[in-house]
Amino acid sequence: MALLVKHMLGLEQVEREDIETILDTAASLQEISYRPVKKVPTLRGKTQVNLFFEPSTRTRTSFEIAGKRLSADVVNFTASASSLSKGETLADTARNLWAMRPDILVVRHSAAGAPHLLAKLLDTPIINAGDGAHEHPTQALLDMFTVREKKRKLSGLKVVIAGDIAHSRVARSNIYGFSKMGAEVWVVGPPTLIPPGIERMGARVSYRLEEAIPDADVIMMLRIQLERGAGSLFPSLREYAIRFGLNPARMRLCKPDVLVMHPGPINRGVEISPEVADGPYSVILDQVEAGVAVRMALLYLLCAGAEHEDTDQGRT
Amino acid sequence: MKTLIKGGRLVDPGQGLDEPRDVLMDKGKIEALLDPGGKVSTGVRTVDAKDCLVVPGLIDMHVHLREPGQEYKETIASGAAAAAAGGFTAVACMANTKPCNDSAAVTDYILERAKAAKQVFVYPIGAATPGLSGEGMAEIADLKEHGCVAISDDGRPIMNAELARRLLEYCKGFDIPVVSHPEDLNLSAGGAMHEGYISTQLGLPGIPAEAEEVMVARDILLAELTGGRLHLAHVSTAGSVRLVREAKSRGAAVTCETAPHYFTLTQEAVRDLEYHTSTKMNPPLRTQEDREAIIQGLRDGTIDAIASDHAPHSPVEKDVEFILAMNGIVGLETSLGLALKLVHEGWLSFSQLVERMSVAPARILGIPGGTLRPGSPAHVTVIDPAREWTVDVAQFKSKSRNSPFQGWKLRGRAVQVWVEGKKIV
Repeated sequence: MALLVKHMLGLEQVEREDIETILDTAASLQEISYRPVKKVPTLRGKTQVNLFFEPSTRTRTSFEIAGKRLSADVVNFTASASSLSKGETLADTARNLWAMRPDILVVRHSAAGAPHLLAKLLDTPIINAGDGAHEHPTQALLDMFTVREKKRKLSGLKVVIAGDIAHSRVARSNIYGFSKMGAEVWVVGPPTLIPPGIERMGARVSYRLEEAIPDADVIMMLRIQLERGAGSLFPSLREYAIRFGLNPARMRLCKPDVLVMHPGPINRGVEISPEVADGPYSVILDQVEAGVAVRMALLYLLCAGAEHEDTDQGRT
Repeated sequence: MKTLIKGGRLVDPGQGLDEPRDVLMDKGKIEALLDPGGKVSTGVRTVDAKDCLVVPGLIDMHVHLREPGQEYKETIASGAAAAAAGGFTAVACMANTKPCNDSAAVTDYILERAKAAKQVFVYPIGAATPGLSGEGMAEIADLKEHGCVAISDDGRPIMNAELARRLLEYCKGFDIPVVSHPEDLNLSAGGAMHEGYISTQLGLPGIPAEAEEVMVARDILLAELTGGRLHLAHVSTAGSVRLVREAKSRGAAVTCETAPHYFTLTQEAVRDLEYHTSTKMNPPLRTQEDREAIIQGLRDGTIDAIASDHAPHSPVEKDVEFILAMNGIVGLETSLGLALKLVHEGWLSFSQLVERMSVAPARILGIPGGTLRPGSPAHVTVIDPAREWTVDVAQFKSKSRNSPFQGWKLRGRAVQVWVEGKKIV
C-alpha cells in the first residue's frame, strides 16, 4: 500500500483517495496504542528525523511516539529558524542531515514553504508538521479522523472553524481536507482575521459565531495568539472573548450532538471557556489520541512508498 | 573609419521612421541615414543587418549595479556587460550601493568604474536623502553637477509627505527628476507577496495593491502642487495605471515605468514555482487583471518606459526561506526578449517598443540617445526579432542568476550593440 504523493507537504495537493487511505490505515493502527507492549516492528531499521525549527511540544511528542510505536529510530533535531545574518541556512542544515541518510523527515518551520524548499533539495520523504501560516496537514488529518470516528462520516457535515483564520495553518489544511471529503466548511472571526480570497479555497465566511454555529456538526476553535491582542487586528482579548469565545451561552444555540474541537494549546477563557473545553461536547483529548494513530499511518505509508520506489528503480 | 549598418529596418519613432535605411556612422556619431541599396563608397566598413531592426540604443533607466559595496552580487563592469548583452547602450543605476550614492565622491567613483569597464554608458542616480535615511536632503545640485541624472531613494519610499514635497520643489530648480519608489511602508509591512487569494493559500503575508496606489496618488498630488518632475518607478497595479492616466490627462508632469515581470508574470508564479524566491520582488507580482492593465498602459502611453529594475542577488540572499529572501530579480539580459513578446503577441508595435525602451528613458533622464538623427551619438542596437533562444542563467554576463525566466524560450534578441560607433556586442 502506498500513497499517490511522495511527501506530505499539504492537503491542497492530496487526493481524497489518499486521505481515505491514511484515515483507514490510522484506524487499523490505533489498537497498537492499547496493547501492553505498544510496539510493532514495521519501521525497524528506519531513521525518522524530527526537524523542528519552531517550538512545539505536542506535535513533536506525537510524532516521536508514533515513530517509536512503529520501531523507527527517532531523532529529534531542534533548532531556531536562522536569520539571513547568522547561523546555518535551512538548505545547509537539510543537506547535512541528508548526509546521515534518514528515511523520513518531519519538518516544522515558521516560514511558509520551508518544507517545499527541503523537498526540492532532498529525495527523502518529508512530512510537513506545520509551516508558517501555510499548512499543517497532519493536524487536519487527525481532526478528520476524530470526526469520522464520532460521526461515522465526513460527507455532508457542517464544520465551523472560528478564530484567527488569517494566521492559521490549521484552518487552511482543514478547509482543504474537510471540503475534499464532502463537508461544508465555514470560517468565523472578525474581518481583520479573515484572509482575502478564503472563499475560493472552499469556505463560507461569517463574522458572527451565532450565525454559523446553530446547525454546525463540528466547531473548531483556534488558538488566538495572545500577542496579537494589542495589535491593530482587534482591540483586546477581553472584547475578543466576549464576541468570539465559545462559552456555555453560545453552546445552548448548538445541536445536541455537536463536537467541539481545538488543535491546542488552548487559552482557557479567551477563545474557549473552561466549561466548554472540559464539557460533554469536547473531543479535544480524542484529537490528541488520534494524532498518534494518524502520524503512525503517515510514517508507515510514506516509508513504504519510498521503499516501493526504490524497488521500481532497481528493476529498470 | 566610417561604418555602414546595411540592409536593416530602421525604427526611430523620434523621426517618425520605420522603413529600410542604412545607417552611416563616423567619429562616434550618426553621419547619415541612407536609402537602401545605394553604392558604398570605398573606405567604408559595412556591417550586415539583414532581417534586423536597427534602433536607437536601448536605455534601461532603472538598474542596481551593487558597486561600491556588494561586488559579490554585481560590479559596474559585470552589470555593464550584462546590459550590453541585453541590447542596451546605457543604463541608469540606483543609489542604494554601500556606501550609497549620496555624495559627489561616490558619483565620481561610479563614473570612473563605468568608464574603465568600456561597455555601455552608466548614468548614476543620486540619493534623495543622506544615507537613504528618508530625512533631510542630499546635496542634490552637487550630485547633478557630478553626473547624476535623477534623484531617488529607490527601495525606500520617502514616507514623510512634507519632505517628498520639498524634494520635488527643490529639484525643479535644477531640472532633475525625482524617481519615487511608490510604497506605503505601513500598508506593506511584513508582506512577502501580493495580497489576495494566492497569499492566503500559501500562508504568506500579503502586500495589497493599495500600498503602491496610496503612494502613487500622494506623489501625483505633490507633483501637481509643486510643478516638480515626478517619475514613478516600477508601477505594477491597475490602480496605479489609472491614477497616472488621470494625472496625465490633467497635464501633470508625471512619468512612469514598469518592469517586464509585471507584464509577463502574475502572483500565480509564486505558487506554481512552489515558493521559489526568484518570484519575490518589490512591488510583488500582481494579478492577471493588473498585468493586463500594465500592458494596456504601455499601449496607450500611460506608462512611458520599460525598465528592468535589474536587482542582482547571490544565493546567500536567495537560497533561503521565501519570507527571508531579499527582493528582486536580474533583468538586463531578459528585458528585451520579454518586451518583444508583447510585440509578437500584437500588443505593441516595434515603434512603441523603441519608444518605451529608448526614446522615453532618454527624454525623462535628459541624456543623449533615443534617436538616430544625423549628428546624434552613434548608440545603436540591432535586433533580430525572429531569433529564437532559451534563457540560460548560466550564460548571463551578470554575476547573479536570480531569474524566474530560466529555461524560457524567447523570440528576438539584440545581435549588435554599438556605443559611440564602437561595436561592443
